[in-house]
Amino acid sequence: MSAPSSGGASRDGYGRGLLRAADDQRVVVLEADLGKSTKSCNFRAEYPDRTISLGIAEQNMMLVAAGMAASGKIPFASTFAIFSERGFEQVRNGIARPGLAVHICGSHGGIHTGTDGSSAQSIEDLAIFRSIPKMTVIHPCDDVSAEELTVQLMGLEGPSYMRTARNKTRRIYEVGDESIEIGKGRVLLEGSDVAIIACGVMVEQALDAADALSEEGIMATVVDMHTIKPLDTELIDKLSDSCGCFVSAEDHSVIGGLGSSLAEWLSSNRPTPLEMVGVQDRFGESGGSDELLQALEISAIEISSAAHRAISRKNSP
Amino acid sequence: MGSPRRMSKEHLIEMARLCRIDILRMTHAAGAGHPGGSLSAIDTMVALYGTVLRFDESDPQWEDRDRFVMSKGHASPAMYALLHQLGVLNESDIMSFRKLGSPCQGHVDMGWTDGVDFSAGSLGMGMSFGLGCAIAARMDESNRNVWVMIGDGETQEGQVWEAAMAASFHKASNLKVLVDRNRIQNDDFVEVQMEIGDIAGKFESFGWEVREIDGHEMDEVVEAIEWANGGQSGPIAIIAHTTKGKGVSFMEDNPAFHGKAPDDSELAAALEELS
Repeated sequence: MSAPSSGGASRDGYGRGLLRAADDQRVVVLEADLGKSTKSCNFRAEYPDRTISLGIAEQNMMLVAAGMAASGKIPFASTFAIFSERGFEQVRNGIARPGLAVHICGSHGGIHTGTDGSSAQSIEDLAIFRSIPKMTVIHPCDDVSAEELTVQLMGLEGPSYMRTARNKTRRIYEVGDESIEIGKGRVLLEGSDVAIIACGVMVEQALDAADALSEEGIMATVVDMHTIKPLDTELIDKLSDSCGCFVSAEDHSVIGGLGSSLAEWLSSNRPTPLEMVGVQDRFGESGGSDELLQALEISAIEISSAAHRAISRKNSP
Repeated sequence: MGSPRRMSKEHLIEMARLCRIDILRMTHAAGAGHPGGSLSAIDTMVALYGTVLRFDESDPQWEDRDRFVMSKGHASPAMYALLHQLGVLNESDIMSFRKLGSPCQGHVDMGWTDGVDFSAGSLGMGMSFGLGCAIAARMDESNRNVWVMIGDGETQEGQVWEAAMAASFHKASNLKVLVDRNRIQNDDFVEVQMEIGDIAGKFESFGWEVREIDGHEMDEVVEAIEWANGGQSGPIAIIAHTTKGKGVSFMEDNPAFHGKAPDDSELAAALEELS
């Protein structure tokens, strides 16, 4: 299916969230040339005096943000997800280690980067930022939740990484939904045969997969796990009891992302079958979004197949 | 609160001597650390804290203090020695340098030591951090200055020049950088590892005002620091030509003492020279 024209991309939600956060005078926005793409341009248009242009120099941007946070500001620093990876060590050593509340937003995360090809496709960002102590890692599924979560970042005492997406997706949440909360997965659909845990653009795919499964009489729970770290383990434990098997779905490598975080929790605490849908250990290539979902085998079809596998493992341990 | 100290030249020279002794004692006690680059940097640091820097030793986290960003964080013994001489750290603090639970971590760390304004250890990051502090100060209409100390080897990091370009673009006149030009890096002399050439000219080409000084001649150091502390229109760099291991004959210009602590006999000989 193609991206619907209604709704919005999560990056649009980030742009709107910044405008809501702007009431707090401590909020500053740092850009590395990509404000029109990340949507920090909304903030720049209204608050040019609190927007710092740092050019195409992400490493510098991360530490300028750190210095501003250490001086009482609340910096939001955004660039493409892939280029935020360029500043990994700066984030690790300069921001997270001293526990500075800098909020990094990587837009155009995952494989949906237009037809730019593999150089722009960040499929490791959730993994690498999740590996840093003290980091909160978030990947919203639509513009409404992205806006709300952006505002909520203001309440964090430590650093965060939020990945947003380029493409418009269906609105999963009602505008003004106040029950979205950092650290709490959201059950979008309830069923007792399998729990599909998804994030980002894959939430839409998970809902489509659940529709297809229901036609076969299989009832799936679908969760928007917008916060990858800290993981909502309370919800995972509950679903382990009620569904007995899991499928993870992410527009990210299967190494180190949402699926890995589920596997880490389940294997140590509640051994439960888990099938992971994500990009296998490979790079992407140029192509349209729908073509890439199929080529990299992370569409609703793969989620349905994974659900079947998970259910059969549950039934024949 | 936090008024500049305006110490006399004699007082500064004596304080630097006491700091050198601390540097040697704490690295010896730890059996590790970086005495060479600490000894080269200490005169400019003492001159800064002893003259213009607004810092309150009874309230080292005072919000409107000038910031000092020790980007060459391996020269942590210099920072700890200075804080010891100012009374912020005590004897047992500095003698626990590099030991588990010590406020004196291997590399300076703002999360561990009051009076340390930056968590260093990875070169090339401090100027960017200092620029962030400087921009924030200006937004707050605060007159606090931000001083950053970097090493000369450190200028091999590309991020230094990202920050240099950005500081000039943002007209960060409250950002002052001290370059400890001691000519030696971890493995060998800078010119052997990666010649960096005319550092002053490089900063100037990025739009900075620059002065070059002898980083051990106290009159010259103080004069340059007071000049830089004034109201310039953009960022300032002071290139302090220094000697690695300064003050201890067998450590001077010796790459071996970049990251090696003195042993028992070396400590005794060094303290003798500094007595």
